[in-house]
This record gives sequence, C-alpha cells and structure tokens, in this order.
Amino acid sequence: MPKILASKWTKAAVFLVCLAPAGYLLALGGLEYRAQVQGIGQPGNLTGDPIKYITHFTGDWTLRFLLLTLAVTPLRKLLNQPQLARYRRMIGLYAFFYGCVHLMIWMGLDKEFAGAELWKDILERWYITVGMASLLGMLPLAVTSTAGWIRRMGFVKWQRLHRLVYGCAALGVIHYYLLVKSDIRLPLLYGAILAVLLSYRFAVRRRKAGAVAAR
Amino acid sequence: MSRLSDLRYSDVTPQSIYVNRRRFLATAAAAAGAIAGPFSGQGRAAALTGAKSAFSTTEKPTPQQVITSYNNYYEFGTGKDEPVRNAPKWKVPAPWTVQIGGAVAKPKTLDLDAILKLAPLEERIYRHRCVEGWSIVVPWIGFSLSALLKQVEPTAKAKYVAFETYYDPKAMLSAREAGIPFPYKEGLRVDEAMHPLTLLSMGLYGETLPNQNGAPLRLVIPWKYGFKSIKSINKITFTEKQPDTAWATYAPNEYGFYSNVNPKRDHPRWSQASENRLGEGFLGKGTRRPTEMFNGYAAQVAGLYNGMDLMRNY
Repeated sequence: MPKILASKWTKAAVFLVCLAPAGYLLALGGLEYRAQVQGIGQPGNLTGDPIKYITHFTGDWTLRFLLLTLAVTPLRKLLNQPQLARYRRMIGLYAFFYGCVHLMIWMGLDKEFAGAELWKDILERWYITVGMASLLGMLPLAVTSTAGWIRRMGFVKWQRLHRLVYGCAALGVIHYYLLVKSDIRLPLLYGAILAVLLSYRFAVRRRKAGAVAAR
Repeated sequence: MSRLSDLRYSDVTPQSIYVNRRRFLATAAAAAGAIAGPFSGQGRAAALTGAKSAFSTTEKPTPQQVITSYNNYYEFGTGKDEPVRNAPKWKVPAPWTVQIGGAVAKPKTLDLDAILKLAPLEERIYRHRCVEGWSIVVPWIGFSLSALLKQVEPTAKAKYVAFETYYDPKAMLSAREAGIPFPYKEGLRVDEAMHPLTLLSMGLYGETLPNQNGAPLRLVIPWKYGFKSIKSINKITFTEKQPDTAWATYAPNEYGFYSNVNPKRDHPRWSQASENRLGEGFLGKGTRRPTEMFNGYAAQVAGLYNGMDLMRNY
C-alpha cells in the first residue's frame, strides 16, 4: 500500500479522477451542443434548467473536495499511511478550482455579468455573501500552496494560515444550508461530515494537551 | 376523454421541431440505457385537445420535454429532475374524485369524467413564472375554474377557497423529508378563484397531464408564482377565513398568501426583477429577461388588488 501511494503514477491517476466531474459536465455540454447544432433543441441532459444544474453541480463538487481535503489528515493518521499527505494539496486545489468554476458560471452564465445586480446579490443575499467569503478565504490558501511558500513563511506560520480552510468549509456548508428552500437533508449531511472531521482534530489536540499535562 | 377540436399542438409548434422531437424520442428509446432519464416519465398520456383561447399568449411555447422533465412537485422529490423519475411510478387512483364543500349550498363530490363534462376544453398558452426565478410558456388544456366552483353554489360566507393535493404517504416523500407540510395546501380569494384566467387544467401539449405535472387535474394561476398552481387536487373547501397554505406556513417571511408575480418585491434570498426563460439558448445562455408585474397579466387582474399594498401583501 505505501508503495502504491508513493508512486507518481498513482498521483497522476488521482489527478485525472478529480478531473472526472468536470469531464462529465463537459461531455453533457457537448451532447447538448450537438443536439443544438442538429436542431433538436435541448435534449435535457443538463435538466430543463442547464444554468442551475451546472451551478449546483460545481458547487456540490467544491464542497465534496473541501471535505475530502479535510479527510486526508485523519485518514493518514488512522490508517497510518503517511504517504497520503502527498495528495492533500492537489485535492485542496481541486476544491478551489471547482469553486472558481462555480463562481464564474453564476456570474457569467446566470447573471450575464450584470455588475450592479451581482454586487446587490453579494451584499444583500446572505447565502451569496457567505459563499463569496468561503471562496475568497480559499484564495490565499491556493496561492501559498507551493513548497516555496511553505519555506518562505516557515511551516508553523504556514500551517496557522492554512487552518483557514476549516472556516472556508464551514462557510461553504452554511452557504448550502441557506440556499435550499426546505429540504435540508443534504446540507445537514455535509455539515455532519464536517463536524466529524473537525471533532477528530479537536480530540487529537485535547489528547496531546492531556499528555503534556500528565507529564 | 378526448374531444374534437380545431387546434392541435402542431398549430403552435413548428413542424420541424416536433418531427425532430419525435425522431429524438425514437432514437432515445432505441438507445435505452445510454443516458436514461429525462423522458422516462412520458408515454402513458392520452390525447386531450381544446379550442383556441383569446387568453393565450403569442409567445413560443417551451419545448414539451422541458415542461415535463423539470418540475417542482415536492411529494415526488425536492430536486426538479426527480418528479419525472418518481411520479410516473405512482398510479393515479381511479376514479379520481374531488370533494367540494365548506361554505356552499350544495356540497358535491365529483369524479373526473363528470368534471370534464362541465365546460368545453380550451387550449390556453400561459406564461408560468416560478418563485425561484425561471419561467416557461405552457400550452395548457382545461377550462376556467369558475365552471367547477359554480356547481356547489358558494354562500355569502365564502370569502376564500382552500385546495388540497392528494397525499399518498406510501408513494410520496414524508413532510419531514420534503421540509414542507403535507398534504400540500393552497388557497385563493374567491374573486381570484372565479377570475376567468384561473384555469383548471387536465392536460398540456394536446395530451393528458403527466403525473409529474399534476395529473389528473391542477390549477394554473398565471399571474401568481408557480407554487400557487396546486397539483393533483382532490379537495376544495370554501372558507370564511384565509386558509393556511403550504409555503407560507413553512416560511411566512419568504412566501405570502397572495404571491402575485411582482418584480419589485424581492424574495429575501433572491431578486425577482428578472427571470431565466427555460428551453432557449445554448445551456440557457442569454435567456434572462425582465419580469413583468403580474407576470404580464396586469391588464386582466390588477383590478383585483385595487387599494392593496402589494409590498406588504406579498
């Protein structure tokens, strides 16, 4: 197992797997495009409301990748697989990638870059404010994700900055919870997973603190 | 159930489109398993046509597959692509009866066949605006609700009409899962209910209603947000007091009793100033348009609300 995890081929494979949702979306878009060219109209591969479908699809994957990023460390420790750490940055960057696509779809395809309406929404609609904050919070993390930045900042400072991801994930889940009309099952599920992942860290800290005190 | 008529949906849909649609449906059926889904809810409809109506808009109807595969019918799933998969499995109870009572002189329980005989069917092409900010144009088949309501002779006490959707807990989501109370309830003021634009619909696109669109009969109130147009009705009650309605019960600050389409009155979480017209443009691009007061039916219905503050009575 450690050997497989250490292989560059595995890393390449994970890279491609993470790209699969985007590829799936492009394929559906391609089918729609072909139908359009053939004059069939919308065959409905992206539901009757493609804009909303693409927006929700990319938003969903942003949250999933955020939670996956946060699952790497607990899995690494519980399974005793230190090589898992090699995948954390990539998965985190994918969360940022899907988040950016999500934002661009909303701004461009949905709101058609209507500046005033976009600002009004960001300032007045709580769920959009919260979603924007979540994505903005991920920006410095994406920028400083390289080895060079870890060196420049020093690991302790870098790690402190990157704890911002807990807040981003929480805001992401709140964003989802605020926007659904009445069926809160999925936002609650994401929230529950996030709670488990964060409590793990809390428990580890407490145990460490306890161990220090006992000494 | 079908009636003779001079208007078929071929009159409102260019031939090239429906020929292509049929070709596509045939291909889709042949390629079953490739991408299953969008149309699996179709195929059991019977022809149901109606005469042209002066109430119809000249706007181009939204493609049938969009209207029948993108639905808000929370009993069959809260995602808009879920009812088309779940609703067709539900067997519409037969005979379908509608119980009409409350503040009326002659309470009645009518079955679907009796209701269909009450008035000649019309095809009415209406704009339909969802509170979520999207819109479609639907060629409904039906007649004014007033033809049904007159049968029971409402008394002077009747100020409102309450409607209820059939609820079958075995085939449908629980209220807990959906997050809103079931059976789904809606209501109108009597003058709104008796307005000629308020339609009792049994079909669309020249066919009986698919389950996901509210079979076998539903309301269509084109100047109000879509959730007012209650589906699969089996109970109607005239009341003295304003009845409880599903969404207003769930979140009174977000959804009001009237829920008239009003571009100036935003939903707390999104603007109502504009809407996306579905079924047009590649991936829906460039389909945003301004929303009109009363969804463009102000000339017919604005008088119902004279002297009312529509920002407060949303």
